Amino acid sequence: MTPPRIELKSSPHMKQASSVEQIMRNVVLALLPVCGFAVYHFGISALALMATTTLVCVLTEQLFTRLSGKPSTISDYSAVITGLLLALTLPPAFPLWMAALSGFFAISLGKMLFGGLGFNPFNPALIGRAFATAAFPEASSTWTQAGLPERFSEFLPSTLALPFTTPASVDAYTTATPLGDWKFGDVHAPAWDLFTGMTPGSLGETSALIILLAGLYLIARRMLDWRIPAAVLGGAFVTAALFYAVDPDHFPTPWFVLLSGGMMLGAVFMASDMSSSPVTPAGVWIYGLLIGFLAVIIRFFGGLPEGVMYAILLGNAMVPLIERYTQPRTYGKRGRRGV
Amino acid sequence: MGLLSYLTGLTFPRGVHPPGLKDDTRELPIRRMAFAPRMVLPLDQHFGPAARALVAKNQEVVRGEPIAEAVDDDSVPIHSPVTGTVEGIELMPTARGPKAEAIILRAAPGDSQHVRWVKPQDLAKCSARELIEAIQQAGIVGQGGAAFPTHRKLRVPDKYPVDTLVINGCECEPYLTADHRIMLEYGQDVIAGIRLAMRAVRAEQAIIGVEDDKPEAIAALREHIKADDAISVVEVRSKYPQGSEKMLIKALLDREVPSGCFPYQIGVVVNNIGTMAQIGQLLPRGQGLIERVITVAGPGVEKPGNYIVPIGTPLRYLLESVGYPKDDPSRIILGGPMMGSTVAALDVPVTKSISGVIVLPEGSELDPAPRIQPCIRCGDCVDVCPVGLNPADLARLAAARQYEVMEEEYNLNDCFECGCCSFVCPSNIPLVQYFRIAKSLNRERMS
Repeated sequence: MTPPRIELKSSPHMKQASSVEQIMRNVVLALLPVCGFAVYHFGISALALMATTTLVCVLTEQLFTRLSGKPSTISDYSAVITGLLLALTLPPAFPLWMAALSGFFAISLGKMLFGGLGFNPFNPALIGRAFATAAFPEASSTWTQAGLPERFSEFLPSTLALPFTTPASVDAYTTATPLGDWKFGDVHAPAWDLFTGMTPGSLGETSALIILLAGLYLIARRMLDWRIPAAVLGGAFVTAALFYAVDPDHFPTPWFVLLSGGMMLGAVFMASDMSSSPVTPAGVWIYGLLIGFLAVIIRFFGGLPEGVMYAILLGNAMVPLIERYTQPRTYGKRGRRGV
Repeated sequence: MGLLSYLTGLTFPRGVHPPGLKDDTRELPIRRMAFAPRMVLPLDQHFGPAARALVAKNQEVVRGEPIAEAVDDDSVPIHSPVTGTVEGIELMPTARGPKAEAIILRAAPGDSQHVRWVKPQDLAKCSARELIEAIQQAGIVGQGGAAFPTHRKLRVPDKYPVDTLVINGCECEPYLTADHRIMLEYGQDVIAGIRLAMRAVRAEQAIIGVEDDKPEAIAALREHIKADDAISVVEVRSKYPQGSEKMLIKALLDREVPSGCFPYQIGVVVNNIGTMAQIGQLLPRGQGLIERVITVAGPGVEKPGNYIVPIGTPLRYLLESVGYPKDDPSRIILGGPMMGSTVAALDVPVTKSISGVIVLPEGSELDPAPRIQPCIRCGDCVDVCPVGLNPADLARLAAARQYEVMEEEYNLNDCFECGCCSFVCPSNIPLVQYFRIAKSLNRERMS
């Protein structure tokens, strides 16, 4: 009799059916309606922008793994997510060559130089956006009207600007976003328009409704830590409400703060980036509340109307410190960290 | 958390919900397994100093007779599961890994195999001390898996008064139903054993914690409890690892055993339900522990069920009698799939603490050969660790070989290797394995 082949392995001998690819695929799936609305809203320029950043992000990741002799990691979908998220933070008429450069820096500087997926201390898409803001300030803050009749037949003039040239004038189409209107013109967009997204803005930040639904889907599938968006939005709301209570003539309503600009997109899809957010339950709350607070402070007192990007990047930077002081209390130990 | 647990049933914080997989065996009555012709009885089946052999080669023994004695207060004797002849005392492979000294017995052919060596005792007059000694002499060890001698658990230092005896009726490991069947079929022995154990530790009350997915077992136990018993059956939530001693104490009494301490230091002694059944059954007869109930299950088994298996039965014999498809490559797990260990050879014998034998065919759906990916810091492991550790940080430190920091600052030694973290990890990181290695390297460094 031949002896049976016996397999030796360490416990546990069972696994919950979830994988990194599955989580990332679901995030991509949840982003699709947001992307779809961006195309509906801003037309083929938006589509070209998303395609460019996604392609560049994936190729950059492939290039870096190839150069370091490691196995390819593009099948985990995380580069796709970075590409899509970066595009969603950009204005519709953003020139493609600038978007490509931003995508390259998002993945190289924001992710691969730290060791790839899981090792990035900052959200790579926001690193890309921060690069865009710094390198191309004008294009990064020039907004076009939404729902232009020719949006499906023609690119916006600046979209196809030649590399390293100044974009053609788009004055005919430019407009201000609701945040800009408030900051520089004291005009308040109706909350309902902000909620449904029928306003100018970056590709993916206009519709709070769609972002919320996408977030709820991910929460239901247990692929998004609900505490992070709850804390970010809660922190922003409370901070804004305090200012509004003190001086309602000068500051916008807390609802306006929640529904305008990148607040929703940031809370649901950016701050919640697993790699660059805390793993400790108490830390997650502190981190989220801090981002909400910082975003409002930067918006109210900073030079630019928006503050979510910097708030999240600052929150990311605080993560090691936050985690240090929020380690869970171990069973049978009196204090945290067993002291 | 406190309010939530009142609303949803008693339990401990965090933990996981693996599939139960108990349907194949939970309805089947316990059956008796035939005697293997050759039995192997390792002398170190229990936690503590190994027993000393009392028999020599070619000596004849009868079923129930002591064949090895306890060497000190922390050791227990071994009794012969068969009537037959001592074939020898040799180094044999065991489930623990290294070879160990074992008594090998050949069963007499055609013997009726009734227990011949019994010494009925009148327990009514026994003192606590005498009861504990009787439990030691019966060779009883914890039936839940740790093989800790039961008399040692019941022998509490005088300065720690015990108020509550907790009985662990939580069988939270998938597949296992042995305790469930014992509660259903041997409820009387269980309660009799609890009464004796209460006297041994002088506890005011006993609480049997049973998971809420076993209502029949709860009802069966309650039938045997008398009004003046001070024994209660309390429902706890079905969750893994609810059957861990410290988690059960948390759920039932909302007390935490201080890190590095024993439950008796907070007035609690915990014992397994199967152990109570053994005490209730063996002590009045003055008989030793020679067999136990074992769940044999898993997709690789043709006739799954709960069997009374004589201690010393070789695994090969056990698996052949339940229709183990021999040619299939399989993983054979002793205990449950969450915490059990795999065996390298089928020659190893069943010992006193083995609660289950699970056969999983290779690449089984429950555990497809996973590709390990980098940690994405999802934090799921932190959200499920019942001890409140940070497996993500511990893994990062393990990769950096910071084993001392793991122990000193991140409470590595409080990890009891339940495997919840590995179970949920989407990156398939073998977290528990990292922690086992780190712990053993730390131990080596200390010694």
